[in-house]
Amino acid sequence: MTTLAETAPGTLQVTDRKSARAFVDTHIVPYADAYDRQGRVPEELLERMTAAGLWAPFLPRDTGGGEMDGGMDLVTLGEVHEEVGRGCSSVRSLLTVHTMVSWAVQRWGSPAQREQWVPALGRGDVLAAFCLSEPGAGSDASGIASNVVEKNGGWVLNGVKKWITNGQRADLFLVFARTATSIGAFLVPRDSPGVEVTPIEDMLGTRASMIAEISFRDVALGPDALLGPSGFTAGMVLTGTLDLGRYSVATGSVGIIQAALEACAAYASRRTVGGSLLKDLPLIQAKLSDMVTDARAARLLVAEAGRLKDAGEASTIMATWVAKYFASTAAARHASEAVQIHGANGCGHDYPVARLYRDAKVMEIIEGSNEIQRVTIASQAEREII
Amino acid sequence: MSGNAKEQILDFVRARYPQADIDETQDIFALGFVNSLFAMELVMFIEKTFEVTIPNDELKIDNFRTANTMAELVDRLSPARV
Ligand SMILES: Cc1cc2nc3c(=O)[nH]c(=O)nc-3n(C[C@H](O)[C@H](O)[C@H](O)COP(=O)(O)OP(=O)(O)OC[C@H]3O[C@@H](n4cnc5c(N)ncnc54)[C@H](O)[C@@H]3O)c2cc1C
Repeated sequence: MTTLAETAPGTLQVTDRKSARAFVDTHIVPYADAYDRQGRVPEELLERMTAAGLWAPFLPRDTGGGEMDGGMDLVTLGEVHEEVGRGCSSVRSLLTVHTMVSWAVQRWGSPAQREQWVPALGRGDVLAAFCLSEPGAGSDASGIASNVVEKNGGWVLNGVKKWITNGQRADLFLVFARTATSIGAFLVPRDSPGVEVTPIEDMLGTRASMIAEISFRDVALGPDALLGPSGFTAGMVLTGTLDLGRYSVATGSVGIIQAALEACAAYASRRTVGGSLLKDLPLIQAKLSDMVTDARAARLLVAEAGRLKDAGEASTIMATWVAKYFASTAAARHASEAVQIHGANGCGHDYPVARLYRDAKVMEIIEGSNEIQRVTIASQAEREII
Repeated sequence: MSGNAKEQILDFVRARYPQADIDETQDIFALGFVNSLFAMELVMFIEKTFEVTIPNDELKIDNFRTANTMAELVDRLSPARV
């Protein structure tokens, strides 16, 4: 098959916030409401994202002659994901889970696993999904029932994963399952016998993120399916991967606040009520000023978490919890106010704010719900004593 | 090297758990301090502070039980070992 990446070599490369903004304004913003209604992101956009180098630009890249560079830094990656989130949270969700799996393979993979998967994940030739949640276990990852048993030097996987973003489309699943001693992470190609994907339609938000339930029935895996160490540190694969996912969701939440702000600033400058423009009414001004302030504050928290990641500082993990908590709650608050400012127009199809409102609610649930974030942040509160 | 590493590791653990009174021989797992978040922080701290990369086969619980065993790990992984 000839892909767009081959037929459109001139597609703008996304290398920073500015080029991401241009890509998103051209290829995503005009269509995001249609994706939301159709419940999927079209293949054409996925290919365009491949051509733009959007899938996993933080992976080391071959710069020719066998030389590798370090890939995009995580502050810049966060800015790129914010821009994508400003355009469409469903698309940003696809990037988030692909980012998580790509990073995990790069960070924890054996040389053979990296060789097999990293180049294809980097290009976007293979798209990945992250499979932790189950019908009976979400916040409490230790409650998962999926399991693997060792057999003939490999593994046999059984279990059901639910709410899997891009499960309908992804080629590679990173599946967390119980081993005899702990929880392990397993790389499972979609076409493995025994894998069955059932689409979940009609979600409240991120409706185009192609969510699925995936069942694994006696799926036979080779010894190289296990990603990373086993034993106590296996939990770190999960912690590290979720940390990056949380960072991406935090950036996407900033994008939602920014989108709400831009929609409201435009609407309030045009809409008149009782002879006054909305933007001149003090109660509306209060809402706009809070959006401006929270967008900036959330962006700074995210940038700080990204800077600590780039520096390899352990404190990035808590910084990311705080950033995601602040950004997701602010996004839900401001998306709700954005609908309010638009009145009935905010409830219809002609403006993007209803989509932002539904998507923002999801941000308070995924990658650690608000409650889990508060529990975690509070449990570390004594660290903040200075 | 390892004396210094030991102190830095102890400082890191004590800063995270100010209520704890630990020395370099105490098993931080047995004391119940280690959850997956702290395990990840500990690995990141060691890699950043001592400029080492901990390979998968060294990510074993026994290497992380005490400040002593972590300092030994750092020694093993440091290129400029003396
Ligand atoms: C759109 C969408 C996309 C998703 N994509 C993925 C994906 O790609 N991969 C994946 O693995 N999962 C995915 N999920 C699942 C998501 O990770 C879980 O929904 C989330 O972890 C919460 O788990 P749960 O829904 O089972 O809620 P539960 O864990 O059952 O929690 C229910 C409620 O109880 C609260 N609660 C839980 N524990 C506590 C506590 N200790 N104290 C106080 N309150 C508590 C929760 O905050 C929540 O409000 C997705 C979910 C959604 C909605």
